[in-house]
Amino acid sequence: MASITIDGAGPRTGAAEPRRRRPGARLRRRNTLIGWSFILPNFVGFALLTLVPVLALFYISFTNWDVFGKAKWLGLANFRRLLHDASFHTALWNTVYYSVVHIPLTLVISLALAMLLNRKLRGVAFFRTAAFFPYITSVVAITTVWNLLFSPKYGPINDVLRFVGIDNPPGWTTSTTWAMPAVIIVGTWREMGYYMILFLAGLQTVPRELYEAARMDGANAWQRFRNVTMPCLRPTTFFVTVMLTIGSFKVFDIILLMTNGGPGQATLVLSQFIYKAGFVNYQFGYASAASIALFLICIVVTIVQFVVNKRRAA
Amino acid sequence: MTLVHGTPETRALTSASAAARRPDRQTPGRRAARIIGYVVLIVAAAAVLLPFFWMLSSSVRGSNDVFTIPVKWLPPSWKWDNYVHVWSQTAMVTWWKNTMLLSVVVTFLQVLTGSFAAYGFARMRFPGRDVLFLVYVGTIAVPWQSYMIPQFILFSKLHLSNTLWSIILLQAFGAFGVFLMKQYFESVPEELSEAARIDGLSEYGIYRRIMLPLSTPAIASLTLLTFVNTWNDYLGPLIYLRSPNLWTIQLGLQTFINNLYDQNYALLFAGLTLSVLPIAVIFMLGQRYFVEGIATSGLKG
Repeated sequence: MASITIDGAGPRTGAAEPRRRRPGARLRRRNTLIGWSFILPNFVGFALLTLVPVLALFYISFTNWDVFGKAKWLGLANFRRLLHDASFHTALWNTVYYSVVHIPLTLVISLALAMLLNRKLRGVAFFRTAAFFPYITSVVAITTVWNLLFSPKYGPINDVLRFVGIDNPPGWTTSTTWAMPAVIIVGTWREMGYYMILFLAGLQTVPRELYEAARMDGANAWQRFRNVTMPCLRPTTFFVTVMLTIGSFKVFDIILLMTNGGPGQATLVLSQFIYKAGFVNYQFGYASAASIALFLICIVVTIVQFVVNKRRAA
Repeated sequence: MTLVHGTPETRALTSASAAARRPDRQTPGRRAARIIGYVVLIVAAAAVLLPFFWMLSSSVRGSNDVFTIPVKWLPPSWKWDNYVHVWSQTAMVTWWKNTMLLSVVVTFLQVLTGSFAAYGFARMRFPGRDVLFLVYVGTIAVPWQSYMIPQFILFSKLHLSNTLWSIILLQAFGAFGVFLMKQYFESVPEELSEAARIDGLSEYGIYRRIMLPLSTPAIASLTLLTFVNTWNDYLGPLIYLRSPNLWTIQLGLQTFINNLYDQNYALLFAGLTLSVLPIAVIFMLGQRYFVEGIATSGLKG
């Protein structure tokens, strides 16, 4: 493929400069070969392990592929079944619930933390480390500790809540209404440090002179935030929002480990629906159809965010 | 306050020592803001670290002292032998070995192939390069959960399921490493490579002798991030590793939790602490790079 492109490009340069034609073409071919040789080791793995499965997903979702690898073409049957599957609706709704609360909450908290830590305070390095630590701690350790902290009768959280005068503290992961908030709290707690670092990097690119100028013009702290910080942070905010959105729609491990989708289906999310259909019921075809839904949601939301960002930048 | 209205000499002194940074001047309002800032930070840090503190403190208690009413934040008695027990009563040694092996191999492959490919994307010009890079970046928006089913089928066909190879292949060729390294390589001045090229160094030589040594922060952060990711991964091992002798520390501990009939939570906390320990050590060692690397990956979006 590469050589064809070069042959096509070669004569055109040759027409302009006949004497340098051959060395130029040879140089390009050499560059292409060397370039590919750099990319190839990673690309082979990447193509085989990521691209091939993504493409295969579309085929498998139209079949009833099972654990023995037998597959019959079903057309749209899997998708029709999804439309009428109450569990799928619940999973979709819960995923949206998680995302709609988790995204703005994490955005605000991580930005606030970054603003707080973007000053010359004693011990700032320690605070940055502390905020980042949950993100790199194993999810098994995190969920176990939080589950025990949340335990309704003997857990320290409800103990503290009773101490401050709340007689009937929530049942957290054992209650259908409070399980999702509990998961969101842990999700936010875990990820805020990561996004805080991104915001910190963004804040450091804001020119100090702009703040000085705004202060000269009599802008108060809120006005400086609205009219200096936010516009300068727009690229970072965009990146953080995109990453947060994808992260929220694919949320899985903390839910699997904290509530396993329960109680009932109170915290069943899309990824877990896929996991259950595939690795518990061994309906790979049906699980793939649900995967397509997750795939499309992430791609479409990302593209919309890109378009909105472009329009705002223009 | 006196300093501000002081003699020219003292003013010059203060402005020199404070690097002439006017907004940092200590007015009562600023001082109050500073104190409030500290209070908020301390409360936030406590909220973030409290679960870890509780984990540590519970790991050295007697089995009946973990849940008490009211909560005791410090252990009533110190039982260090919980750590010995969890080490001898579980297959912790096997889990540690497996996890360490996976993390080291995955990290090595990811850093090597990732930085190699990144050089191709950052410094070589050839047709199709930009489209290919777009495909790489595009897959960052595709969650693994959406293609884990076909990937599992593929790995099963290749008889890789239930081997450690599955996890190595799963983690070692991520697009993220290529992306991070490319961002960093592009910040290295092109003139350096040009000079080396004129001196007769090949592209591979430039990669090895110039780009790699100049990219220590990016390599360090990619190393740390990949290591931590592999060490902490739960879903990959959950799907692929079924034989107990292949289990990683995360999988092993979760099974230990699910089978915790004797309710010895103190032992569990000791196990959890042991699983977090290497990550904590690595993080403390490379904290600076970590933060820098993550910031680099996010700068341009």
